[in-house]
Amino acid sequence: MSDAPYEIVIGLEVHVQLKTNTKLFCRCSTMFGSPPNTQTCPVCLGMPGALPVMNKKAYFLGMKTALALHCGIPKFTKWDRKNYFYPDLPKGYQTSQFDLPMSEEGYLDIQSTKDEFEPRRVRIIRAHLEEDAGKSIHDEVAGKGDSRIDLNRTGTPLLEIVSYPDMRSAAEAKVYMQELRLLLTYLEVSDCNMQEGSLRCDANVNLHIPTENGVIATPIVEIKNMNSFRSVERGINYEAKRQYDVWQETGKILGELPKQTRGWDDSAQVTRAQREKEESADYRYFPCPDLVPVVVTDEQIEEVRSGIGELPSGLRQRLESDFGLSTYTSDVIVNQGRALVDYFLELAATCGDHKLAGNWIQGEVLRILNDQEISIDEFKLTPSQMAELLRLVQAGDLDSSKAKDVFTAMLESGQSAADVVEDLGIERVDEGALEDLCRMLIERNQRVVDDVKGGNEKAVGALIGQAKKENPNVNPGQVRQICLDIIKNI
Amino acid sequence: MSIIQKTATEQLALLRSGEITSVELTQAYLNRIHQVEPAIGAFLRVESEAALTQAAEVDRKRETGEPLGKLAGLPVAIKDILCTKDTPTTCGSKMLENFVPPYNATVVEKLQAADAVILGRTNMDEFAMGSSTENSAYHPTQNPWDTSRIPGGSSGGAAACISADMAPLSLGTDTGGSIRQPAALCGCVGLKPTYGRVSRYGLIAFASSLDQIGPLAKTVEDVALLMEVLAGHDALDSTSVDTPVPAYSGSVHQPLESLTLGVVNQHFGAGIDAEIEAAVKQAIATYTSLGATIKNIEMPHADYGIATYYIIAPCEASSNLARYDGAHYGYRTDHAELVEDGTDEGPLVRMYRKTRSEGFGAEVQRRIMLGTYALSEGYYDAFYLKALKVRRLIRQDYDNAFGEVDMIIGPVTANAAFSKGEKTSDPMAMYLEDLYTVTANLAGVAGISLPCGFTKSGLPIGLQLQAAPFQEEKLLRAAQMFQNATDFHTRRPEL
Repeated sequence: MSDAPYEIVIGLEVHVQLKTNTKLFCRCSTMFGSPPNTQTCPVCLGMPGALPVMNKKAYFLGMKTALALHCGIPKFTKWDRKNYFYPDLPKGYQTSQFDLPMSEEGYLDIQSTKDEFEPRRVRIIRAHLEEDAGKSIHDEVAGKGDSRIDLNRTGTPLLEIVSYPDMRSAAEAKVYMQELRLLLTYLEVSDCNMQEGSLRCDANVNLHIPTENGVIATPIVEIKNMNSFRSVERGINYEAKRQYDVWQETGKILGELPKQTRGWDDSAQVTRAQREKEESADYRYFPCPDLVPVVVTDEQIEEVRSGIGELPSGLRQRLESDFGLSTYTSDVIVNQGRALVDYFLELAATCGDHKLAGNWIQGEVLRILNDQEISIDEFKLTPSQMAELLRLVQAGDLDSSKAKDVFTAMLESGQSAADVVEDLGIERVDEGALEDLCRMLIERNQRVVDDVKGGNEKAVGALIGQAKKENPNVNPGQVRQICLDIIKNI
Repeated sequence: MSIIQKTATEQLALLRSGEITSVELTQAYLNRIHQVEPAIGAFLRVESEAALTQAAEVDRKRETGEPLGKLAGLPVAIKDILCTKDTPTTCGSKMLENFVPPYNATVVEKLQAADAVILGRTNMDEFAMGSSTENSAYHPTQNPWDTSRIPGGSSGGAAACISADMAPLSLGTDTGGSIRQPAALCGCVGLKPTYGRVSRYGLIAFASSLDQIGPLAKTVEDVALLMEVLAGHDALDSTSVDTPVPAYSGSVHQPLESLTLGVVNQHFGAGIDAEIEAAVKQAIATYTSLGATIKNIEMPHADYGIATYYIIAPCEASSNLARYDGAHYGYRTDHAELVEDGTDEGPLVRMYRKTRSEGFGAEVQRRIMLGTYALSEGYYDAFYLKALKVRRLIRQDYDNAFGEVDMIIGPVTANAAFSKGEKTSDPMAMYLEDLYTVTANLAGVAGISLPCGFTKSGLPIGLQLQAAPFQEEKLLRAAQMFQNATDFHTRRPEL
């Protein structure tokens, strides 16, 4: 990355569909996936004389998100109309917030678990509420110009979160999106499903290129239509390279060309200039006369703030400092969402060994969740069942490989750890008996003794194999240690 | 005196006592409409069958002793701007020629709940833009006092049907004077309530921050009767205000014990017709004789009313009317018009342009363009924002005035009804029709127009009283005092 002859400058505009049962200005359902145009009414269809009434829940979900992003909440906010013509916008304007948004000036901290970049604070310019438009489905088969309009989505509450251009790589943009989604998930304000469009991202991207005459900036391009974290990363990287090539070819810099909108084509892995919009860029914003301004009190703000709960960044710190987990492990657990964190907390409390609990969740439990594509809620073993297993590991009754066997058997049979241990015939081997066995094997294998004495400790592996044949319940680690100790003392 | 010449209040008493039935009353109006409507053109649609069915239902309820609403059995005409479920609502426009709303305006629901009989839809200037009803896409309406003249507008049909005895009560809307001006020119009573007093849900918007629905009738007490049903908070309209609704019809006959009326000097400046000035001054003298105190007051920003109004209203209209794009409902240009025509315009833009050029009349297009211009980048501050500031100053003028006086008294219009076609080619002259009325809309205060005289040629003259927000009750009582002392409201045109 850093060897590129330019710096990428990225700001993101993220649209979040808020999790309300009904739309922002009417009582229609916001459910995804219903037959087209079945969740509409005179208000969201923009029929003559129909009037909007604000959904207070949407406003408070927006405020909750803004507070979690450390934004300030003005006491007075209003609604504005953004005027433009498009068939999926039945009123001919979108009700949004222009000069007095519901929140301003916050930030989101991001860091890379893979050390792709230094930890960064991405500042938020504003987060404001607006209504979603409908969906246009363009059927361009064989020259037919038919378009279909589905207005189910029209009027769904959106929170638009606009960042400063603080990101410097596609990886940062991707992690910002991931961290934002995680935050929204913890807040329970959105489904955050990028495929269904409940989390959408537009990126404003340009380059700063050092030249002999100082640093120049390329014209800003807005990239739309990036429907996955991967496409955010790829789209921005593609666009950066493209802008560099164009600059080398044309020498055009910021201010010499109008802001362009390009769409990310995921199948072709390129950005394409979007057909110029039907309307000019002058949206003729003005205050919506059908809605009254929203005035909030300190008490209301504090009430919302008190309902926010523990957020990912705080939880990661707590898992590290209070539970002794590694940065990596706490990151992995927290990034899976609140439910897995709760599972961890319960398991850690029950089994007592926090690190062991953390490692098992990060390892075996997550492996199962990923393999079976299930969430922790669907995971078969309760924290107390898991704790029973971990206590056997702690007591030295099970080595890690046996513990994994028991874990697998528990998942298959639904039995308790003790039952599985019994079924598998696993018994703890008496230490005295184990030492006798080791001495016997050492006597039989003078060659191993010589090898170990000669500095090849690995040779002891042969003894472990033989010990297992004699007694399948032996703990390989224990065998190894006892044998090494005996040989050293010969 | 025939039944239709009586006031709504008198008719209601006869209905209650059983001396007449709603079917008889409704039929009497339908007969009258049949007789005079060809000369007047007050209606866009008369719903005879539905009205008689409704009337019969009210009669049945009365006979069986079921509870009845406040307007039980009284016919009401509705301006064709108020959405009525499963009934065409055109807003006087070709754009909505075939539009049938799947919902009721809140006031329509209230009328139905009050057991009123809906008689039909009255004519209007397209999208309520106009002062003569000549901008109706369907036909003009004639002034019942002189059919060569206009009835005023935009609620021209609503006023004309009252003065021609084609309905006892009607609903109009007032954005800059559209109830009060036609009421004045047709010699009936019209009330523009305080902004927020009546729900706008289902009122097809012209300028949302100015529009209000209000009653028209022959007398103040009839207006009070209808107003009592219309007023009130509505959860469907965020701008409607939740304050109690007084029993207007109960208190309307109580004279105000003290009444201070403010007179604004500018109202009698250049441009006002001498006969109008004389009649209004005579009305002021009448109030003096009734014990009112008259005070001269200053409205320093009143002169900017028209300029302010003709920026704010078109700005809002340009946005409110964007929805008429041919995509979802209403008029759409012929499909054949959409084929490639060699321009670089896409088919969607072409559909929009042709649909809107063909579906809207000239005045509506003019105001959409004015508003679009005034909201555009680079003009917004100089026009729209400036207008908002002046609007606040005008409201301030009113607040100051109402600190000194109970009501403001003055003319409704500078002239009596003008001849058809007289101002159609001069939009500015037409806009000046709103000179005395727009400031009440800009400030959101209440205003009423009531008959206060006639010109030598026999045309009605209106008197305007304006009161502070939510003072409709006092306003109606003051107006009733005037009617008690005069008989202008009892005169009817010969048809």
